[in-house]
Amino acid sequence: MSTPNGTPTKITQGSQTKGGIGESTLRPDGTLKVTGEFAYSSDMWHEDMLWGQILRSTVAHAEIVSIDTSEALALPGVYAVMTYDDLPTEVKHYGLEIQDTPVLAHGKVRHHGEPVAIVAADHPETARRAAAKIKVEYRELPVITDEASATAPDAVLVHENRDDHHIGHVPHPNIVHRQPIVRGDARQAAGRADFVVKGEYTFGMQDQAFLGPESGLAVPDEDGGVHLYIATQWLHSDLRQIAPVLGLPERKVRMTLSGVGGAFGGREDLSMQIHACLLALRTGQPVKIVYNRFESFFGHVHRHPAKLYYEHGATREGKLTHVKCRIVLDGGAYASASPAVVGNASSLSIGPYVVDDVDIEAIALYTNNPPCGAMRGFGAVQACFAYEAQMDKLADALGMDRVEFRQLNAMEQGTIMPTGQPVDSPAPVAELLRRVKAMPLPPEQQWLAAGEEADVRQLPGGLSNTTHGEGVVRGIGYAVGIKNVGFSEGFDDYSTARVRMEVVGGEPVATVHTAMAEVGQGGVTVHAQIARTELGVTQVTIHPADTQVGSAGSTSASRQTYVTGGAVKNSCELVREKVLELGRRKFGSYHPAWATAELLLEGGKIVTDGGEVLADLADVLEGESVEVEAEWRHRPTEAFDLRTGQGFGHVQYSFAAHRAVVEVDTELGLVKVIELACAQDVGKALNPLSVIGQIQGGTVQGLGVAVMEEIIVDPVTAKVRNPSFTDYLIPTILDTPTIPVDVLELADDHAPYGLRGIGEAPTLSSTPAVLAAIRNATGLELNRTPVRPEHLTGT
Amino acid sequence: MRVNFTVNGRPQEADDVWEGESLLYVLRERLGLPGSKNACEQGECGSCTVRLDGVPVCSCLVAAGQAEGREVVTVEGLADYAKHRSCGSSRGTSLQEAQDWAAKGHDSQTGEGSELAPIQQAFIDAGAVQCGFCTPGLLVAADEMLERNPNPSDADIREALSGNLCRCTGYEKIMDAVRLAAARQGEAV
Ligand code: FES
Ligand code: FES
Repeated sequence: MSTPNGTPTKITQGSQTKGGIGESTLRPDGTLKVTGEFAYSSDMWHEDMLWGQILRSTVAHAEIVSIDTSEALALPGVYAVMTYDDLPTEVKHYGLEIQDTPVLAHGKVRHHGEPVAIVAADHPETARRAAAKIKVEYRELPVITDEASATAPDAVLVHENRDDHHIGHVPHPNIVHRQPIVRGDARQAAGRADFVVKGEYTFGMQDQAFLGPESGLAVPDEDGGVHLYIATQWLHSDLRQIAPVLGLPERKVRMTLSGVGGAFGGREDLSMQIHACLLALRTGQPVKIVYNRFESFFGHVHRHPAKLYYEHGATREGKLTHVKCRIVLDGGAYASASPAVVGNASSLSIGPYVVDDVDIEAIALYTNNPPCGAMRGFGAVQACFAYEAQMDKLADALGMDRVEFRQLNAMEQGTIMPTGQPVDSPAPVAELLRRVKAMPLPPEQQWLAAGEEADVRQLPGGLSNTTHGEGVVRGIGYAVGIKNVGFSEGFDDYSTARVRMEVVGGEPVATVHTAMAEVGQGGVTVHAQIARTELGVTQVTIHPADTQVGSAGSTSASRQTYVTGGAVKNSCELVREKVLELGRRKFGSYHPAWATAELLLEGGKIVTDGGEVLADLADVLEGESVEVEAEWRHRPTEAFDLRTGQGFGHVQYSFAAHRAVVEVDTELGLVKVIELACAQDVGKALNPLSVIGQIQGGTVQGLGVAVMEEIIVDPVTAKVRNPSFTDYLIPTILDTPTIPVDVLELADDHAPYGLRGIGEAPTLSSTPAVLAAIRNATGLELNRTPVRPEHLTGT
Repeated sequence: MRVNFTVNGRPQEADDVWEGESLLYVLRERLGLPGSKNACEQGECGSCTVRLDGVPVCSCLVAAGQAEGREVVTVEGLADYAKHRSCGSSRGTSLQEAQDWAAKGHDSQTGEGSELAPIQQAFIDAGAVQCGFCTPGLLVAADEMLERNPNPSDADIREALSGNLCRCTGYEKIMDAVRLAAARQGEAV
């Protein structure tokens, strides 16, 4: 379609400078992180600092009859107690796309754990005790918990008087957004199918469970504004939502990124940001808020749980004829990112396969369950779990090898998506499956490797010593997935980079300043590499991220290396032009090559493409500094048609395949994942070590939701039953297998350096691969994830 | 109440400590040592792991008063602790020995001037640090394991670190880092 704008994909500079792209340079923040000096948002401290605490609703859906804060206010050490009535302006709601989330509950609470009041005190325990003294009287309302209760004729509306831009096209006000995709004629194509399989799948609610709890420090400024030190995924998005509630212009809300202890989508929405600022402005003192783990489970959105209904058909020869599917995502009480998740789930619902005739529908519900929004994989994860189960079923029905059946139907460059969008860069789906299958299998009965005595640590049940190998069966499963990269559906998805070059201590130094949230992914490492490659310097300083520079967009959707990396590259190119200009002005008369040759910046020098040195950068920049701040955008996308789902909606696609090997204690229903091999196309690995780290990390989050991770919401009360790491389990190092990774680098000509966003794809295929392996071991159908022991033993 | 104990080789005194305050809280909020982390505050994640008289513990579960008169080593003191250990006996550190050393400061902006313990260097080199929130606790736990068991098998490493959650890395690079530190330690002997 359109040509890439701004930055050409080829490497415009030789990568002759040490520490440039393609090398596994080490993290610039590594030393601080291993010495304990790295300042996370929860580590902030300020003279006269107060502690903030949030009081949350104890019920899921209720009218608030009264709130009495007098006892809390009377407690010594308490400086402020605020409720809805104390909000300073007319703007009392916020939200990523739809501003439906109250800063503090007003008249009604819509989910368990909704913020009702906030307290500031001189000790966190005082703040907690004060919050506990606030008396809230609720009159409970019926709860909406699933599709049936949400769309029943007499259903209570979770949000009355909706006026958002989706209300016009949804079939019911308890549906946030609906996206159908119709292409070809699925009903007619079904007539050509020799085999049809149907399935109904359930995906449990997963939590991001980043380790660094929501936290931050708000410091009142002398000009009446506030400075917020915060862990987030997108500073400018926070700013846009915070400032109006405080009644401040954006320039008076200064934001600096603090150390972020992981994110995975859970910091895309606001948590304690506005609350800390409100308390700081009210008391005139710095206020710090740090959630504990219990509160963290209530303080951010989760991955949408889903019900997925699929029908797949194929000819006798094994060619897919059609897919019909319906995906029902539970968005919980507030919209958060639900509309975009619906767009992803529907447009990626059939996976990386060629199917011309499809009939797809995805919806997100409003319910009284916990709000759900962004999490790594964003709508594509739930779909992948279901369509990969379907592909196995269909292969079995056909009597075909499961991998070969996938390869036979695998998309490739040029395939048309259900949305009508052609896949216009490499899509090595069959090759990834081939690679992952070709990896050597782990030896059988590894628990006996060390001697006759079984090493229980290598067996299902582990240190609980539940088996010495009896009843243990091995299974193998495969899966492959497709994820979009970047913000889709016409979103203006740009980033900004400010790059400066100057001489410091006799050496040329580049400084890169962006608002990109480094959440652990290694963006700061890559920015320095890009600057070295483009500017030929070794010394690169990464300026702390803040709102003193333009927006970098979100650290999500696998987009930051692509988009902010692209912005850094683009700004470096503009700086380079200026530096060359400066060189020509200063030294142009000394050598004709200044005017005639292609010039490069390499190893601290300006050289011709033939390698002749024209000048030292230090001499060219002597007494000068060159600085550029510029925005950069990837090629534009467009919205999906609301009726047909057609449209050039996505920027780029990303593919990964997994092979899982599991061992199952069939008597106790315990699963041990022995190995999770992954093959992924990354376009170009800017930092191979970080790339592998992303793939392994994503893989294990997929493993988690396959066998253990699920927020349990009581179906009667809509209350969260397990908000702790005691009851919500994430994989430990004992639950985690070896993860061999095969990295393929097929350039996408539309992207900077040909790179592909990589962070999410491995989270997709990991879960269905593990499920397939467990099915392979047990012969059970297993239509839900996570799988618990009782699903395997039938007890 | 007042609590006196030794942190990273230096005597420390914390005043006005509440009954319910944990060792973790006192370290982070009263002594200016926020290196130990607070990912769960309920003994489930290991991010707060410190050594109490040499033994790794979750400092969020230790009441501050229980540390009275005892020796605490946190991630901030790990490098000096390891250095001291390598000068002395190869197996463990006696209380007496531990009392003779003290952590030195360095530039908190850049980390410059810090000498790293072998396990810290290995975490950086192996790519075992992403967000880094799990790192301090893992380092303390891994360092202690290598002190006890300089030649660990993979299963030993997994067992020793099974109380330390990491959400970013998938643990593979953490395994690499510990193997690397063990190998380097072996070469050095
Ligand atoms: S903070 Fe102590 S174990 Fe998690
Ligand atoms: S590196 Fe983020 S939790 Fe381990």
